[in-house]
Amino acid sequence: MDPRRYSRVIDPKVRQVGFCPRSGQVQNQSGPTGPSTSPPVSHISPSSNSLSPVMIPPPRHPSDAASRAVNVPATATTPLRPRRPSFDDPNNNSSSTEQLVVSSYNPDESVLGTSPPFSGIGDDRDGDAESEFSDNSVNWIRQNDSGRFPLSLAPDGRFDSAAAKEKQSKKPQVGSRKERGGGQTAEVRNDLPSESKPLKEKTSKAERRALQEAQRAVKAAAKAAGGNKSKAASLSAHEQTNKAAKLPLQRKDDGPVTSSAAVSERRGGERPPEKDRKKDAPAPRMQFDDKNRVEKAKKRSVVKQTEARNRVELFRHLPQYEHGTQLPDLESKFFQLDPMHPSIYKVGLQYLAGDIRGGNARCVAMLQAFSEAIKDYSTPPEKTLTRDLTAKVNNFVSFLIECRPLSISMGNAIRFLKSRIAKLPITLSEAEAKSSLCSDIERFINEKIVIAEKVIVEHAVTKIQDGDVLLTYGSSAVVEMVILHAHKLGKQFRVVIVDSRPRFEGQALLRKLVKIGVSCTYTHINAVSYIMREVTRVFLGAASVFSNGTVYSRVGTACVAMVAHAFHVPVLVCCEAYKFHERVLLDSICSNELGDPDAISKVPGRMDINSLHDGTNKENLQLLNLMYDATPPDYISMIVTEYGMIPTTSVPVIVREYGREHLLI
Amino acid sequence: MDFQVVVLAGGFSKTLVPLVSKEVPKALLPVANRPVLSYVLELLEQNNLKDLIVVVESESAALLIGGWISSAYVDRLHVEVAAVPEEIGTAGALRAIDHHLTASDILVVSGDLVCDVPPGVVAATHRRHDAVVTAMLCSNPVSGSTESGSSGVKDKAKKRYNIIGLDPTKQFLLHVAAGVEVEKDVRVQKSILRAVGQMDIRADLMDAHMYAFKRSVLQEVLNQKEAFQSLRRDVLPYLVRSQLRSELLLNGVQSEENGNDKDASQNPKIVLSQLLANASTPSFHELHALGPNGFSLSPRKTHKCCVYIASNSNYCVRLNTIQAFSDINRDVIGDASHLSGYSFSAQNNIIDPSAVLGSKTTVGPQCMLGEGSQMGDKCSVKKSVIGRHCRIGSNVKIVNSIVMNHVTIGDGCSIQGSVVCSNVQLLERVVLKDCQVGAGFVVTAGSEHKGESLAKKEK
Repeated sequence: MDPRRYSRVIDPKVRQVGFCPRSGQVQNQSGPTGPSTSPPVSHISPSSNSLSPVMIPPPRHPSDAASRAVNVPATATTPLRPRRPSFDDPNNNSSSTEQLVVSSYNPDESVLGTSPPFSGIGDDRDGDAESEFSDNSVNWIRQNDSGRFPLSLAPDGRFDSAAAKEKQSKKPQVGSRKERGGGQTAEVRNDLPSESKPLKEKTSKAERRALQEAQRAVKAAAKAAGGNKSKAASLSAHEQTNKAAKLPLQRKDDGPVTSSAAVSERRGGERPPEKDRKKDAPAPRMQFDDKNRVEKAKKRSVVKQTEARNRVELFRHLPQYEHGTQLPDLESKFFQLDPMHPSIYKVGLQYLAGDIRGGNARCVAMLQAFSEAIKDYSTPPEKTLTRDLTAKVNNFVSFLIECRPLSISMGNAIRFLKSRIAKLPITLSEAEAKSSLCSDIERFINEKIVIAEKVIVEHAVTKIQDGDVLLTYGSSAVVEMVILHAHKLGKQFRVVIVDSRPRFEGQALLRKLVKIGVSCTYTHINAVSYIMREVTRVFLGAASVFSNGTVYSRVGTACVAMVAHAFHVPVLVCCEAYKFHERVLLDSICSNELGDPDAISKVPGRMDINSLHDGTNKENLQLLNLMYDATPPDYISMIVTEYGMIPTTSVPVIVREYGREHLLI
Repeated sequence: MDFQVVVLAGGFSKTLVPLVSKEVPKALLPVANRPVLSYVLELLEQNNLKDLIVVVESESAALLIGGWISSAYVDRLHVEVAAVPEEIGTAGALRAIDHHLTASDILVVSGDLVCDVPPGVVAATHRRHDAVVTAMLCSNPVSGSTESGSSGVKDKAKKRYNIIGLDPTKQFLLHVAAGVEVEKDVRVQKSILRAVGQMDIRADLMDAHMYAFKRSVLQEVLNQKEAFQSLRRDVLPYLVRSQLRSELLLNGVQSEENGNDKDASQNPKIVLSQLLANASTPSFHELHALGPNGFSLSPRKTHKCCVYIASNSNYCVRLNTIQAFSDINRDVIGDASHLSGYSFSAQNNIIDPSAVLGSKTTVGPQCMLGEGSQMGDKCSVKKSVIGRHCRIGSNVKIVNSIVMNHVTIGDGCSIQGSVVCSNVQLLERVVLKDCQVGAGFVVTAGSEHKGESLAKKEK
């Protein structure tokens, strides 16, 4: 448990969410050292921003670095620092904050004037300095410890150019912290993102990315240059300050040049990483607290989306729209969406209206709609089927996403379909290609969903013995089939159905089970700790299983699983393997779905407490209706898939061994 | 989107005599100086529905309407005007153009509808539920404003209201009865009531005559039930009545599925359909189909009849009575001015630049004065529509009225709450209150009429 928890804190995804309240603290601490001497110190903050993805390991390690064991992470971060001035300057120039810069210069220059005359070292310094740093990073840190003076100068000098962003004064903190000792560095690191969060709004994404790319490029250059040069770290630092001092003078000439260079580098540098990212990471989800992107997305979107005004702080990155505004709008556009195939439109409408729910059903409905759309598809002249159809499918998918965020299972199915389209032999005629795609889709549905469910049922039924008391939460199609099958086999058992507001999905299951004569207990999740005493098995469904074993499922599942764990009741999760995903999920914050907030504020039949509902527009009331939660693998005894019953630790194996097969079939 | 649009433009409606004449079929009655049919056509055009079939009763009306459409919408719409014999009803009209219908769903719109509800919503509701018919309902128009006075009385007395039964989610139509048929008691089918459990019965909704039909079903019903005359009175109630024991449509639409049902319960298709059915909250149709224990061997066949209820903020009225005609005219230049397509002046009225006003003549807000009209001195116009090329003398008062084209009004007339059709001559000092004057009529000087319908025949 503990190690896992720890790693959770470190994960970058968690970072993005950020916890604001601590930032105040940080500022207080940093007050005496950094800001007082140099408002322009700001320079570092962009670096800290840009670092955040890279930096994650280092903060842990500096503490180790005290013991000198770990060089590698340090190298990763340090080369970036010297470089900063050169790259940041252009950025800042371009960011139209000249005024601030100018004002901040004067003090810096005066400081620089006193600083030792290293100014002569000019252009090749970058490469050299970096190489040194990468090699001597440890030294550098030590230097900071011993020679505080140069360092304190250094930030000032450097920053003058970048002074634009004042809040960013993180670096001095880092320095000062390091002086105090490795133990504190971790703390600093934690603080960084929190402080940098407000910053993010000012530095545009492109800027940050450019910075990152630049730093990468520098690193590469440093490696190429090799570690021959052994100047003292302090020296390089001084050089830096000198350069910074020079910059104001040079700026008029160099500014545009460097900026253009930076731009070109940005352009050039961006490509390969983009590709890489596509390969290794799932397409990044859109962060809905990023205003620029949301605006852009809105322009593209078909469905008119009015965003909910009052969203819960931690979940601002998830899409949430004014409920009830989308459906009428989409409906009224019925005849205006020409490129959308009617069947796709219908499915989207049903998602939006909530007519189709549940991972499997949504996936099947989508695939069937795709299959119909493909049947009616004809390649326009001058285009190839493969490309045009892929574009079409992308269109459909983005439409569906607007209606409701995709589930993992749907994402997998779409990936499958696209890979099939991409792999169509060119020699096939259009009709053949279409029919082969349709049969592929049918096969996917059949093998991955229908038959998989049957196999899962076969497996899971073996775990039900006479006299068992099964507990299930909500209504999962597979669990329902398991119970029905066990009943058919004549096993004697009882079922406890735990349900929760606002959807009461368990009631449908309850109705079915009672009809066929299974003895049932129906309760709400509030009573789960009470009812758990008598339970011998817990069967749960899942929306998705991630490769670290986290089960992503209807909200409340985690709670049930934890209670079961506490009572030492085995928890079996039934999930088809096509819902597995290679991603790692640690909490239910960074990826989740928000439901209609009104659904939880309204209580049917209780007029007396529904007054809350009128107040949804109040500023100080935020309603959170989460759709999913993440159950940590610790609470799950076993995952039942069509490949057998596996522990949570084996999920990556399935993903690795069979994941590719999803695409191949 | 695989929808076909049929506009039922009617012919020479009898209820609208004397407004309707041989020269002016119902669809061409002017609403704010534009034929009423143009409102529907423009609504459809806005929604990207450009292939239309306009069905007109009687050849002569079809000629007139076809001529107007081709002049007004050339290059904008692709309209097919089909003439059908008179008195065959709406269902008969559809039967007559049966062979033109090819798309999987048909949108049937009445040509006298003035509304701003996009037809897409009806179509979308239809598709979402996979219904056989979806009807649009709107709240009953408030008939007659306080000022229009007593002219409404006659209509109100026989005002047609519908008794409509809805399920609690207000998505499905459970019962339809026209108010005329309902004398004292409403008969509701027990089976439907039992299946749904709860029914909202409402009398404040009006059938807006915008329907989406599944083509196969519509054609089947029309072919099998020869006696059906009207969509509203026959076809819709029939479909609603039989929704839990649909006999006809199943041979057409779902027969294949039924065939499959029996031969293999292991068929993946059925597993799938069950899967999908499980995922959605079943409507009462599905629950009923499964039978009382949920697992009947041969599922009962059902179909869905949906409704779309237009919100109160939408404007939606049918021009089917004289009262409605003046109401719509008033609204289109008043409350629902966005429908008219004109831009209003600062005084909230529309006066064509070519109109000539005498001295001390006032035209109040919510008025419209067509091109080439002339008005004498000291006239006053309030809440009225005056058509093209009218000649109006001095000292004329026009309140709450509709004056169509080429009307001559003598000095000192007073017109209140009336409709004056084209080419009418009012001599001096005529006083009209709540009258309708048929086309070409000449009202003698100094006469006073109240609540009368004046037309040539009566003379």
